[in-house]
Amino acid sequence: MTVNLNFDPIRLPPECQALRAEARAFLAEEIATGTFDPHRPGDGDSHDRAFSRRVGARGWIGMTWPRPYGGHERSHLERYVVTEEFRAANAPDHFHFVADRQSGPILLKYAPEHVKKDILPRICRGELCFAIGMSEPGSGSDLFAAKAKASKVDGGWRINGSKIWTTSAHVADYMLALFRTSPPSKENRRHGLTQFLVDMKSPGIAVNPIYQMTGQRGFNEVVFVDAFVPDDYVMGEIDGAWKQATSELAYERSGPERFLETFYVLVGLIRALGPQPDLRGAEGLGRLVAQLHTLRRMSVSVAGMLQAGKEPVVEGSIVKDLGTLWEQKLPGRVRELAAFLEPEIINRAPLADQLAFATMIAPKLTIQGGTTEILRGIIARGLGLR
Amino acid sequence: MAGESQHLVADAAARIFADLAEPSAINRAENGGWKEPLWRALGDAGLTLAWVPEALGGSGASLADGFAVLGVAGRFALAVPLAETLAAGWLLACAGLEAPLTPMTLAPVRPRDRVAADADGKLSGRAGGVPFAQDCRHIAVLADGGERPVIALVEIKDCRLSEGRNLAGDAMNVVTFDRAKPLRSAPVPGGFGRSHLLLMGSTIRSVATAGALEAILALSLAYARQRVAFERPIGKFQAVQQNLARLAGEVAAALAAAGSAADAIAQAAAFDEAVFLEAASAKIRVAEAAAEGAAIAHQVFGAIGFTREHMLHRFTLRMLSWRDDFGSESYWAAELGRHVARRGADEFWPLVAAR
Ligand SMILES: Cc1cc2nc3c(=O)[nH]c(=O)nc-3n(C[C@H](O)[C@H](O)[C@H](O)COP(=O)(O)OP(=O)(O)OC[C@H]3O[C@@H](n4cnc5c(N)ncnc54)[C@H](O)[C@@H]3O)c2cc1C
Repeated sequence: MTVNLNFDPIRLPPECQALRAEARAFLAEEIATGTFDPHRPGDGDSHDRAFSRRVGARGWIGMTWPRPYGGHERSHLERYVVTEEFRAANAPDHFHFVADRQSGPILLKYAPEHVKKDILPRICRGELCFAIGMSEPGSGSDLFAAKAKASKVDGGWRINGSKIWTTSAHVADYMLALFRTSPPSKENRRHGLTQFLVDMKSPGIAVNPIYQMTGQRGFNEVVFVDAFVPDDYVMGEIDGAWKQATSELAYERSGPERFLETFYVLVGLIRALGPQPDLRGAEGLGRLVAQLHTLRRMSVSVAGMLQAGKEPVVEGSIVKDLGTLWEQKLPGRVRELAAFLEPEIINRAPLADQLAFATMIAPKLTIQGGTTEILRGIIARGLGLR
Repeated sequence: MAGESQHLVADAAARIFADLAEPSAINRAENGGWKEPLWRALGDAGLTLAWVPEALGGSGASLADGFAVLGVAGRFALAVPLAETLAAGWLLACAGLEAPLTPMTLAPVRPRDRVAADADGKLSGRAGGVPFAQDCRHIAVLADGGERPVIALVEIKDCRLSEGRNLAGDAMNVVTFDRAKPLRSAPVPGGFGRSHLLLMGSTIRSVATAGALEAILALSLAYARQRVAFERPIGKFQAVQQNLARLAGEVAAALAAAGSAADAIAQAAAFDEAVFLEAASAKIRVAEAAAEGAAIAHQVFGAIGFTREHMLHRFTLRMLSWRDDFGSESYWAAELGRHVARRGADEFWPLVAAR
């Protein structure tokens, strides 16, 4: 059997490079006015409403969406450029990023017209934060073990149960969540889950903080007690959420955020090594650069396929698998390469603090959004082994 | 991006290789009798001098077409000096020199090796690791001249060769030039130097290695469905599936890096910084993929893949050897690391995101 893995050498067209210059100028201005410090990841809150509004005002949220919904009808490659510039600079874009990447496209596809008209333009203006409600205490990788339940009532659904590890739930305006509307069928254990849009201001929703090992409040437990969701907030087919899961995966999996989350330690290493590194430093650095360059080419290539209307599920999963492992190993590799540098050089870079933070967040990188093992299962299916 | 023309030449090459260089048939061959008809067919199809302009005796195909052929050659673990002849033709053409219709190789292949041209144009020096030198009639040489480097075409019989083989058993010789008189030579245009030759050669190896990795993935997948252990095809075991998924990742990385580097060279007006980043990165990442990919494939195949009888080694050993040609991944990593360090931390992201 032959597998056709496709990674065409896509180059970013000139309009992208003009946009890149705009994004850099915008970020430089934000850094200058103290919105964030690109060298100090983990300082401050990565959810910055005011910042998101300014980003929205520039037209950089919902970039690829249709104009009638507040979008800008720009290309996936243009969106790629903005995303990577924000990530490389460590910009605090968590308030709007999930809505821009994942939730908006789901609404575009499945929401009724009036809901789209109501919500999408507000996402584009940077006014809304979204959370994803998939995981539950007894259901992580195995999404189809979800128990939190939606029962039919007059005009809508009543939700009971809990979601966990929900990033941003404490600031989110809405959540896109999976709830059980029927038991799984004998033939198909994936049957019976439905995707809902939940207004987080509805009565009956409690958000309890869960602190991460870094000390940050990244995620939450969300408990639903008789929370009401109207009928027009059902996204897609009742009991058929499993059919809807795959197409959005390529978007979620292959972007630059999947290999740039610890990028700052590489920049810190270059600063610490100085203009004339010894052979060990130079070789180690060169390998890291080659790996980063390759990941970026792969990711741009997938963005090009999305632009061409393809659904590169296997390619996207491969980018995430390689990318997350790389960004996870990066702090360890940088630590080794910096091992023999003078302490004051490392502190000035400021590599020591960056490394401490990157080392603490590294474990999550291959868990969030689907673990390494689950991704490899998806790749194996694409290879025809399952 | 692979266009119509690349598909056509790649298909033509694939037909020739399938007829005359099918790896399992060659692996059973008692002697090298298959090489002659294969080389004739490649020559008749105009593939051997693809990178030589028509005016200089070649078929004047584009760089992209030639890289497409080399990717296919990698998928067949081709063991004749096609890549070397293409590259030698390209090198000669850089100085406006005609290419002969014979198998050629080129030097230097190792970054530290130097060949010098004296005042009468005679060459002296030593070049190690020269692929297929003993199987070739001619060698194209980049030599240090008085003011500018020169490119020269030399007959192999005018050089001294040491006997040698690479891991895969292909000829690989130390070529000594002792006041060797070239058939023809010319100074190279300004700016052309050893690093150009090494970057081009590296990309040729990267592209072929990515092709070999594609073949290895296909072989491994086929074997995983067919081989039964514990009453199941081994491809049904999750541990094997995860290994094959990792292999696919390495193949993907190699294809992306090599394809992008080849495209960068094919599109570039000059060997600029972008070409350096692309070609050096590809050599590094593809060599890493070769090591990782070979290890996974051998694990999947078990003992049978460790035999001479099985063709897997034709791919794995060749890829592992190719890592050393035109600068190893360690060499390029040090070069790339120094370059990035010199530019400084603030200029790093702009370099990576330049296109
Ligand atoms: C920082 C962070 C943010 C997150 N944000 C959100 C969010 O916003 N919304 C949300 O819904 N969820 C979120 N999650 C949850 C995340 O999606 C889950 O953690 C993830 O899907 C894994 O589930 P789990 O933690 O229950 O682990 P489990 O599924 O229990 O897995 C534990 C281990 O077993 C392995 N394993 C499980 N099944 C298999 C299998 N079939 N084959 C081989 N190995 C297997 C896993 O790979 C893993 O190594 C977040 C997680 C993190 C770390």
